[in-house]
Amino acid sequence: MNVVRFILQNHQQVLDLTLEHLWLVGVSTLFAALIGIPLGIVIAHRPRLNKPVLAGANIIQTIPSLALFGFLLPVPWLGDRADRLAILALTLYALLPIIRNTYTGIRGVDPAVVEAGRGMGLTESQLLFQVELPLAVSVILSGVRVAIVISVGLATIAAAIGSGGLGEFIFRGLAMVDDRVILAGAIPAAILALAADLGVGWLERRLQPR
Amino acid sequence: MGSYSTTNRQVEAGSRPADSRNEIWALAENSGMLAKMEPTVASPVIEFRDVSYRVAETQVLSGFNLQVQSGETLVLLGRSGSGKTTSLKLVNRLVSPSAGEVRVKGAPNAEGNIIHLRRGIGYVIQDVGLFPHFTAERNIGLVPKIEGWPVERIRTRVQELLQLVGLAPEIASRYPHQLSGGQRQRVGVARALAADPEILLMDEPFGALDPLTRDELQREFLLLQRRLHKTVVFVTHDLREALRLGSRIALMEAGRLVTVLTPQEFLRSADPLASAYVKAFGDGLESAANRGAS
Repeated sequence: MNVVRFILQNHQQVLDLTLEHLWLVGVSTLFAALIGIPLGIVIAHRPRLNKPVLAGANIIQTIPSLALFGFLLPVPWLGDRADRLAILALTLYALLPIIRNTYTGIRGVDPAVVEAGRGMGLTESQLLFQVELPLAVSVILSGVRVAIVISVGLATIAAAIGSGGLGEFIFRGLAMVDDRVILAGAIPAAILALAADLGVGWLERRLQPR
Repeated sequence: MGSYSTTNRQVEAGSRPADSRNEIWALAENSGMLAKMEPTVASPVIEFRDVSYRVAETQVLSGFNLQVQSGETLVLLGRSGSGKTTSLKLVNRLVSPSAGEVRVKGAPNAEGNIIHLRRGIGYVIQDVGLFPHFTAERNIGLVPKIEGWPVERIRTRVQELLQLVGLAPEIASRYPHQLSGGQRQRVGVARALAADPEILLMDEPFGALDPLTRDELQREFLLLQRRLHKTVVFVTHDLREALRLGSRIALMEAGRLVTVLTPQEFLRSADPLASAYVKAFGDGLESAANRGAS
């Protein structure tokens, strides 16, 4: 197995790039969750906002990733460091699944339950934190899971603008026409995606309301 | 007429000062309710004054006037879309009237703190609305908890309530999906009673139960009400249930109050809608009316 030998020989670099990759995905998913979950909550309670917000997130999703990285390159502060740029782009892409699932999750809570809670005298924030969010948490997390899996894949492309991550191996391998190098980037990326998928999936089941 | 509620009312009447009585009569005269009202002198716990409610182009409720007295079970009877549920939601302000006002315990419920208002009113709905991610104990103890009761007192109260609604203590740790329909509904009633509210609003609470369980719960409701003397507004489309549980029945049709009658009066009523109901439900109603009263 040439690939395995290559990875073992370069294990330090593989590890560094994997950590860089994780950093890009982790930070962007965190930002996307911090923006997307509150936004999803807002549009679930204000039906008039849901179309424009979801449409906006959808449009971002349709921009080819390489083009988006390119568009952002000349932006002053962002363009200074490639990882800032990559994180912004990845955050934008991760928004749609998170917003949409938060919206769906909260709208999916049985209206009778919400009405009973309101009728009992729960304040709107008590309703949100004690009823709606706990009941929607698994749907929201499955949105986060999709966002992470998308980001792991997209982050490899961010290497094209020099942001590092496992994409470096892939682009280098492409340039060198060397499968071993491509796979040294692709295999850890695939493992990352699978691990994140399983990990968040486990969390999702753990937090599932009965 | 239920004997216990009549005596109850007389006791209340005796304890009120005379001037408040006159005031009530004056109010009753002003709102044109005197003819329909029983000679009640206690001040109403809930009062609808010329309440109208419309959504977009639909008039859900119009010119609604009604008083609910302390300790009585007032049944709102009518078909779907007659405005019963809306009337109920006006009381705890899940719905706000387009015109008129709803007074609760003597004050317009549009004034003051809405959260405080709701915590003083027990609310039971057909789909129960139990929180699926909470155990029976947490469901029942929720209002006490957010009201800041100490943990030990909540636990005692939950056990007390489980017993009151005829549930075994071990039910406390179960989740709603582990309970039968009847048990869920009992937990719903216990939850509504948790903070000992003076008023109970019940929206077809037994509607989704099988006939045997419904009969059981209706019987227990009567026993419970005899002990607790809550002021209850009970929504149903089932005349049999209305006759059995109600001290008075408010008949509604197309967003209007048709008439308010005691169960006995209802059976003899010449009102076309009331007699249509009696006809539709057929024989055996007399015994239903008597069972509730006995």
